[in-house]
Amino acid sequence: MTTLDDVIARSEHRSWISRVSSRQLFWVFIAAVLACLALSILTDSFATERNLFNVARNFAFVGIIAIGMTTVIASGGIDLSVGSTVVLSAMVISVTMEGGMPFLLAFPLALLAALLVGVLNGVLVAYAGMPPFVVTLGTLSAARSLAMVLSDNKMIWNFGPDHDLLIWVGGGSTLGIPHPLYVLAALALVMSLVFRWTRWGQHLLAIGSNENAAILTGIPVRRMKVSIYGVSALTAGLAGVLMAGWLGSVTTNLGQGMELTVIAAAVIGGANLAGGEGSALGAVVGALLIEVIRNSLILLGISTFWQGMFIGTFIVVAVAFDRVRHFRS
Amino acid sequence: MSRLSLHSISKSYGAIHALSHVSVTVEPGEVLGLMGDNGAGKTTLVKIIAGNFPPSTGEIRVDDQPVTFHNPRDAQRHGIEVVYQDLALCDNLSAASNVFLGRETMRSLGPLRYIDYAKMNRVAAELFRQLKSETRPRDLVRRMSGGQRQAVAIARTLLSEPKIVIMDEPTAAISVRQVAEVLDVIRRLRDHGISVILISHRMPDVFGVSDKIAVLRRGELVASKRADQSSPEEVTGLITGAIEAA
Repeated sequence: MTTLDDVIARSEHRSWISRVSSRQLFWVFIAAVLACLALSILTDSFATERNLFNVARNFAFVGIIAIGMTTVIASGGIDLSVGSTVVLSAMVISVTMEGGMPFLLAFPLALLAALLVGVLNGVLVAYAGMPPFVVTLGTLSAARSLAMVLSDNKMIWNFGPDHDLLIWVGGGSTLGIPHPLYVLAALALVMSLVFRWTRWGQHLLAIGSNENAAILTGIPVRRMKVSIYGVSALTAGLAGVLMAGWLGSVTTNLGQGMELTVIAAAVIGGANLAGGEGSALGAVVGALLIEVIRNSLILLGISTFWQGMFIGTFIVVAVAFDRVRHFRS
Repeated sequence: MSRLSLHSISKSYGAIHALSHVSVTVEPGEVLGLMGDNGAGKTTLVKIIAGNFPPSTGEIRVDDQPVTFHNPRDAQRHGIEVVYQDLALCDNLSAASNVFLGRETMRSLGPLRYIDYAKMNRVAAELFRQLKSETRPRDLVRRMSGGQRQAVAIARTLLSEPKIVIMDEPTAAISVRQVAEVLDVIRRLRDHGISVILISHRMPDVFGVSDKIAVLRRGELVASKRADQSSPEEVTGLITGAIEAA
């Protein structure tokens, strides 16, 4: 006679090792580590403190937005507007701070601007039933244009009375670790818990897997979608503020084409473009691999013109792997 | 006292009348076989009872009390549960998560609320045992057989001790042995005093478990009578229109 506990315990007779090694995430992480090792041996400049510091910071920006992107992709959508949301948020904070607004007021304002883009995306997708690809392609164009209007398409490098604070927040470091990396770590931790342990996280995966089932079981799918695109835009807005502080100046081409890098990071990290799968940790590991590869291209003296080729190839290969995996199961 | 009674339910989309003046009652512990050809209005009727959308006109009563449903949660609150034709399962979630989808059990840790997976697994395992199914609560639905998926969908309806369970084509896509199991489950529900509305194309299944049979044709109710006073031949005639009404 088996007890209820036996039945519950008896799922998936597999060891810890076989479970870990069957995850795409594990192999991507191994690939990133191998790439780092190879670069340390092949070049003198990779393992220097200065280079690692730069890689870490770049990777943090991509990682932060990739976590938001993973949220959208896991729900079965896509958000192409993140790159433009980055520049809009950076422009809002730099224009208002240049006008004398303190950081503590300008920062929430920048996030609010980003959130509005996300809510607009979400409302059009959820309530108007428009395809996410088209909606976010529209806001991709609109948000960047708005940033140009705001700044009159000029470079802003004077952030008013709180100038040094913004530079410190985005470009500074504590205990030798750049601040954006702290933000990424905190965000990854919070979102991992949210994905696994909250209704919001469960319902998000349910919508991505079978939207019809989610509707039939009474999950508020429309409100969920608005909040999901809101989260994605917020991560982009956060990255925008940090990038403004890191660069010390903001131009309207900030974050251009970033959506592709971010989508690549999310997909490489295991987010399924068909929906229903994705993790915050995966987004971070995917961003790490992409950034290490990008850095290696520069250090190995390969023209930066090739970067787009690599990122494009990465997206296609990651999706191809996913196809093969699903085909086998 | 009727468990569920529909009074003159109509539903129209513009000029199209999906349902016109359908009235039917279900008693406690009664199995109603709802039959009709494709497009006869069965699914529309089910969705109205389940709260997916309201009828254009007409009244629904549960235990003789008039009710209005704005969404599926309202219907669930009145004890109405549905097993959908495609089962409405999420492949990427565990069996237990699917059973509790939209109604997850939560625990509190100070101000934080999180999902109580341990309790969900326990309750789901207990439900699967009641259904005599070998489904394991922590397994992903993706890897399950048709019968196990069916068990997950039925277990979901039992979660809230329902009064009425509606099953939309539960035997359409499963093996012969599994059909027998599902019919057994329907009898078990009935023995617990739960009313079942069974929608099916398969004549032997409907006559095997139903107490009463209702037939829809082009949105109209053409028959509602005791199963033992009807026959598969008569019902076939009613569905196709060879027999006008009975």
